[in-house]
This record gives sequence, C-alpha cells and structure tokens, in this order.
Amino acid sequence: MKTGLYIHAPFCKSKCPYCDFYSLSDISLADEYTKKVIGLVAEGGRLFDTLYIGGGTPSVLGGERLQKIICAANLSENAEITVECNPSSADEKLFTALAAAGVNRISMGLQSAVEEERKSLGRLSGRERAHEAVMQCRKAGIENISLDLMLGIPGQTLASLDESLDFCLSLGVPHISAYMLKIEEGTVFYKRECAGALPLPGEDETCEMYLHTVKTLKKHGLYQYEISNFARPGMEGRHNLNYWDCGEYLGIGPAAHSFINGKRFYYESRIRDFLNGKPPVDDGTGGDFEEYVMLRLRLAEGLRENAVKERFHRSIPSEYYEKARFYASKGLVNIFDDGFALNENGFLLSNSVIGSFLT
Amino acid sequence: MPVPKENIRNFSIIAHIDHGKSTLADRLLEQTNSVAVRDMTAQLLDNMELERERGITIKAHAVKLDYTAKDGKAYVLNLIDTPGHVDFNYEVSRSLAACEGAILIVDASQGVEAQTLANTYLALDHDLEIVPVINKIDLPAAEPDRVAAEVEDIIGLDCSEAPRVSAKTGENISDVLEHIVTDIPAPKANDDAPLKALIFDSVYDSYRGVIVYVRVMQGTLKAGETMRMMATGAEFNVVEVGYMRATSLEPCDCLYAGEVGYITASIKTVRDAKVGDTVTKVQRPAEEALPGYRKVNPMVFCGVYPADGADYENLRDALEKLQLNDAALSYEPETSGALGFGFRCGFLGLLHLEIIQERLEREYDLDLVTTVPSVIYKIYMRDGSVVEIDNPTHYPDPANIDYCEEPVTDAHIYSPAEYVGAIMDLCQDRRGTFKNMDYITTDRVDIHYELPLNEIVYDFFDALKSRTRGYASFDYEVKEYRRSQLVKLDVLLNGDMIDALSFIIHNDKAMARARKIAEKLKDNIPRQMFEIPVQIAVGGKVIARETIRAMRKDVLAKCYGGDITRKKKLLEKQKEGKKRMRSFGTVEVPQEAFMAVLKLDDNT
Repeated sequence: MKTGLYIHAPFCKSKCPYCDFYSLSDISLADEYTKKVIGLVAEGGRLFDTLYIGGGTPSVLGGERLQKIICAANLSENAEITVECNPSSADEKLFTALAAAGVNRISMGLQSAVEEERKSLGRLSGRERAHEAVMQCRKAGIENISLDLMLGIPGQTLASLDESLDFCLSLGVPHISAYMLKIEEGTVFYKRECAGALPLPGEDETCEMYLHTVKTLKKHGLYQYEISNFARPGMEGRHNLNYWDCGEYLGIGPAAHSFINGKRFYYESRIRDFLNGKPPVDDGTGGDFEEYVMLRLRLAEGLRENAVKERFHRSIPSEYYEKARFYASKGLVNIFDDGFALNENGFLLSNSVIGSFLT
Repeated sequence: MPVPKENIRNFSIIAHIDHGKSTLADRLLEQTNSVAVRDMTAQLLDNMELERERGITIKAHAVKLDYTAKDGKAYVLNLIDTPGHVDFNYEVSRSLAACEGAILIVDASQGVEAQTLANTYLALDHDLEIVPVINKIDLPAAEPDRVAAEVEDIIGLDCSEAPRVSAKTGENISDVLEHIVTDIPAPKANDDAPLKALIFDSVYDSYRGVIVYVRVMQGTLKAGETMRMMATGAEFNVVEVGYMRATSLEPCDCLYAGEVGYITASIKTVRDAKVGDTVTKVQRPAEEALPGYRKVNPMVFCGVYPADGADYENLRDALEKLQLNDAALSYEPETSGALGFGFRCGFLGLLHLEIIQERLEREYDLDLVTTVPSVIYKIYMRDGSVVEIDNPTHYPDPANIDYCEEPVTDAHIYSPAEYVGAIMDLCQDRRGTFKNMDYITTDRVDIHYELPLNEIVYDFFDALKSRTRGYASFDYEVKEYRRSQLVKLDVLLNGDMIDALSFIIHNDKAMARARKIAEKLKDNIPRQMFEIPVQIAVGGKVIARETIRAMRKDVLAKCYGGDITRKKKLLEKQKEGKKRMRSFGTVEVPQEAFMAVLKLDDNT
C-alpha cells in the first residue's frame, strides 16, 4: 500500500479573512521550524510515494528551506511531490529551486480571477500575477499545475464564476480544485456574516455555481474525481487520492494529522509546542470499513466490490445497495455493475447521503 | 383508649386553584406542631415535584392533627386534602364523602371563582358543613368585606364569623382551627356495628405494598383481622393499622369508627384497593357497601412510544410503576408501523394524560413520542355488530360502516363576562351546542355547552386559556353517545401512510383540519435530501397537499491535510440529531412535528 508524507508549513504573509487554518505571519521561526521538520522527516522510517507540502503558504518559506526539507524525505522513485504556492510569494527563482529539488506538481491558490472577488478574499496580488506565476512555473519545467477556485464568494455570480473558469481553462492547467466557501467560526468572514455584512450568494445560487463548474470543466476535459477536484484523465492528485482511499500517511508540522499503522494521531496547532518536541496526540484507531466508506464515497469512483474485497475480505452489504438504489431514484447516486457512487447532485448533499450509510 | 367521637373532626379544604389551599394546609400543620419547623418545606402535602410546580394537587393526602382548643379539650383533626381538577372529580367526591365538613377558601382579592362554586356544590351534595375562610388579607388588593358579601350573596353562606386570614403570614390561623372545632360536627359513628370503611385513596409503597387510606364509617379494625373489599371481593389479612402523620405513619392497635387512618395488608396493586370501595371484615361483614362507588374508566387514549426504540422495556417498567399508584391509568402494548413498539394508554382526561407523560419524562428520564389523543367511538357496522375503538388505526373500512357515535359532554365554562363572545366562538368552532348561560355575579358567567369529547381532547383547554387570558375555567362530564358524521384522516409522507398521525374527526371539519395539518407538517419537518409530498387523505382520497422542498447543500467541501476526525465528528453529530427523529420509510420526522400536529389552534 502507498504511503503519503504531508508537511504542514504554518506560515502566511497575511491571514485571509475566510481561513481558519493555523498559520503565522511572523516567519522568524522559519529556520527553527525547518530544522525540526527535517529531523522528523528523517525519522519517518518509510519510503513515501507522495509528498505534499501544504499550509499555510509553503512558498513563504522560500526555495532554499523547501529544498532542504524535500531532500530529507525518503521518497520512492516516481514520487509525486507537490508544493502549495501563492502567486504573491512565488517567482521564477522559487519555481526553479523547487524543480531542482524534484518538485513535479504545484498547487496554486487562485480562488478567483475577478479582481473585486480577489480583494474581498484578501488575496495579495491581482490576476495578472497569477497568470505570470503559472507561466514561470511552466518555464521552470513543472507542467502539472493545479489551480484552486472558490465557489460562493461574497459578490460572486454565475457570470463572474465563468470569468474565473475561463481564466483557468485558457491557461490549460490539467487540474482544478473548486471548493465551496464555508464560513468558519472565528474568522473575519464569520464576524461579518454574523453582523449581516457579508453579501454571500444564496444556497441555491451556490449550488448552481457548483453544478455549472462540474459541467463546464467536464466539457473541457477536466473530469470530476472528488467532491471538489477535477483533472484531465491521469492527472489526479495522487497524494489526496490516497486520503480518500483511506490510505496511510505521516503528517509533520503543527496541526498536521497522521494515519500510520492503523493509528490516527496529530500535532497540536501551537508552533511552540511543535518546536519543543511535544509528541502528537493520539486520535484513536482508523481504517475500519465505515471510515473507508465515508472517504470513498467522496470519490466519483465511489465504492467498488473489488477494492472492498481486497481490503476487507467482504462484499458491499446488500442494504447499502438498497439505499443506493433509493438515492439513485432520487438522482443522487449512480449505480455500477460492481458498486455505486455519488454524482454531482449527491455530492452537494454528501454529508446527509454518506451519513445515512453509516450506522 | 379510643378518642371520644365528639373530639374528632374530619374535614377537607376546597378552593379555586391558587387561592392558597396548600399554604393554609401548611399553616395548620405548623400551628398544631405536626411538623418540626426545620422539616417544613413549602406545600408539604404536595409532595410530588409536579404538584408543587403546577400548583395543583394530583393525589389526595390526609393527615391527623392534634389540637387543644380554647375549651381546653384535646381534639383530633383529620385533614383530607383533595385533588383539584375536573379529571379527578370522582376522587374528590370520595374524599368529601369521608368528611363531615369542609373549609372553603376564598381569595380576598379574587372573590368567588368557578371552582369555588363547583367544589362548594359538590361539598353541599355530601351534606358537609362548610366553613368559609377569607384568605390573602395581606394583599394590597384584598377586599375581605366585599368578598365576604359575595360569598353570602352567591353561595348563601353566612360569613359574619368567617375567619379572615393570611395563610402566607400565618395571621389568624388559630381562628380557623377554632372554627373547625366549633362549626364542623363530630362524626356520628358506632364502634359496635359491622365494619364499613371508605377507601378514599391508596398509595403503593415498595416495602409495605399498598397503603390504603380509609375513613372508618362504622365498626373497628385491628391488625390480624381479615378484611374484604366489597366491590372487588378481594380478601386480605390486615398487617398494620394506624394514622397518617405529616411526615410519617403512626401505627396503632385499632382503628375506630369515625377515625381516619391507614391499613396495610400486603396488597400488591392499587387495583385491589379501589377508591370508593368499602372495606369490611370477613368475620362479620356489613350487609351493604357504602354508596357512591364507581368503576373509573379511562376516557382519553393515546399511543405512547419511546423516542429511542431501545427504551421500550424502560417505558414498560415505568408504566408498570406508575400504575401501581394510579388505578385510573391503563396501558397495553401496541405496534405502529411508524413508531414501532409502544403502548396504548388510557387516561381520565387530558390533565391526567399530561401528568403521566410528564412524570414518565421526568421521573423516568424517557424521551417520548405520543400520538394524537383519541376518545372511544362506537362504530355500528352494516352487519349489525358494534365496535368500540380508541385507536384510529383500527377504524374499519368506511364501506362497512352503518353509522358512528361519539361521546358528548356537558361542559361548563366559568369566566368573567367580558370573554363570553370569545368563548362562544370557540365552542361553536368546536361543534358545541349552546344550552344556557347563568350570571353567577354581575360580571361572572357560567356558560353551559354540550361539546363532543373529541373536540375537547385536542387542545381545547389551551385555546380557552389563551382566549380568556387564563381567566376562564372549565369543567366537563361525559353525558352520552350521540350519532355523528365521522371520518378518519390519514397522513401520507412521500406516499407512505404514517399510522401514528391518523385521527378521527367530524366530516365538516376534515377539510380545514387537513389543510392545517399539511401546513404544520411542512413547517416542522426539516428539508431532506429530496422533495417530500405531504398528503392528507380521507378514505384514499387526498384532500390536502403540501410539499417539503429538498435540501440543496450539505457538504464538507475541503478535506484538509488528512484531518478525517473533523469529518467523522460532523457525520456523528448528524447521527445524533437523527436520533431525535423518527424514520418513516424514507422520511425523517422530528418529534416536534408530532407535537405541532397536536396543537392546531391558531390562537395558542
């Protein structure tokens, strides 16, 4: 079975108003952090098939530190190595350094190609900078680029969404992630929403945007393979696929989660604790059938007999099919010869649909 | 040595709700040193939490007080407290039958109220000597003179000597005790006659079995003797006899004629010691029982189901325990396609139903779903047979029905005159037939209607209260069965019939009620993953319809850094939420939706 390595870089130039992830704008701890991560990566003990450096904004760390971290990791020959970048903190020099370290995939936070929307999301640069970053990345030799889009942004409309989609499609990237904005407690958006000062699109409108995105991307050869992810065939993100396949992974860094040898654990989010060597917190066992179902049903491939048989030595329970057929009659699920999966309508209701399969 | 008969006084206290009955009882206990001050809790006799909270007495209570009067003699005063609600009228009448007199409390600021009258008449029916007491003279709004005049005018009781007291502050309470001694006659009772003891209450005690509360009308009873219940024929060996003290039971050698006391005899259920029955001795039985015994029949029925099916056994145990103490409660297992396993329970009336439901939820910590209350309908079939049904699910195929009958009540509503219009509107709306209206005083009326019982059991009392700002009170008695145009309404969710929501209603009201129910269900059932039609049908024909729109979005879009726990917790939380829901085929219905269907009055 494949194993992933995740490294969480908790640094950002500034905090986005919608984000509740743990991050610091002060990068004075970056060196200490890098040293600590390298030590833990070296102890990782396994051969990893994917490496994903996420955040936060890893590009804030700069090429040199990222190179050191990547070099410390014990990676298989054809490992997928992804680094998340923000156009505002990535330049040609960085991409060249990353390419030299073996990085073969860049995930870029675009969110929107509409300037007013970018501003309201607290992005630090304009769409032109994003365009330029993609070009620089390619020039450095990294073709596998994913762009992040956001749906349900304050002020967004179907027409403005089309502008963002066109922007991505014209750049010809092989992978797009499109997330529906969720207002998280404790964020600036949350406060504004509570004060009634956030012009969010309505629920119906956001759903329209989602379905429109699925349709538009498909038309251009980018197929939905997960609730929020779209790719040209063969260009799916292997690291994230491993999560949804209930595969194992080691997470290093503040707030990073791990699933190793059937056990889940995570580092607490305070960077000081992490740097002082506070061990991760036990989060129980993982990988049982229900968890597998919960994760697999996020995928367009869904639940399949062969995979279930191989892993759990059982078949998909008949009551699952019964339920699936019922949802199929409501247009939420697709049934295959050897399993079933949620479709885009089902994905919109995935918490309810998936929840109903779990006892 | 028995207490001389002439030194015994047996009395009860009657009052309108909130006129201070329990507080006065507390003061009487204090002044006769029946309770150490440190043991005194407010409303000592109302020892059920629910009674204290609602300010009503549910169970009858009795207590023996020792009092040395101004004449220097020692008296025994037996206070028999009575329940204060129409559902328990029979119990009240049995308690009154155990007394020679009654204290009538009238609030000095409120004056004569509905229940004041109803209870006074009941007391007069039992030839009780009535001692009026004007209470709450400490209130700024108190008008003792006016109220005394009102009592004289309306009830015709001489109030010139009536004690004017404040049960709250204790002012003039000794006056009340003196009046009990001077005004209420001593029992006329013969120790040598065959035993006749009236059961006015019984309570179950897990150590002693049933404790039977009696008033000995004639004869005597000792431990070791064999007694017989004259109505049921059951016989028991008397284990112990004694007196009820405020906080304990006090055994004695012998209960004598004229006394109030208790009997224990290893009786296993209160059903064997029915209120109103006469206790006699097997050795020398009385020839006939005391008058007034009546078998108590439940009038209102509903299905009671555990919200969580796993609680079925717990619910059964709880009902069993409650029934030990409540002969009027009936229950039998039933199954509902919608709600699973539960019980069909029978109650004296709506208050009784609410009390049982609340006790089950509070004292036994059960989450319940109850169905729409029903009365007993008589269905006359074409083949000449008659079926009585208390559960709409058993309503026969209309094609085979010749005609139906429903119970009709004689109802009296007592209210300030200004609400007459609102009350009459309500009663007309509930298919009432106006009989007459009496002015009790210039501004208080007694409105007499005939009302079908099934119109009362839904939410009549709530509707009445809200239309009269709580000033009206209400009293009813089932009069007869009357022919009626009835139909059964069925509720279908997503095409599946929800048997627990079916009910029987008069044909003229079916359409309006159907629309309202459809609307209520639509508003109370949360959006689900798909559109759900709500249909209300009569005999297969849909007469009202609404649609619950489908939910649009319920998704956790981002899967961040392998944080699966967060996602799992979210799904688990949803599952928890589902536990509060009942799953009907494919539709999840929250308990609140059931409640909403029960409360349909727009004004409540």
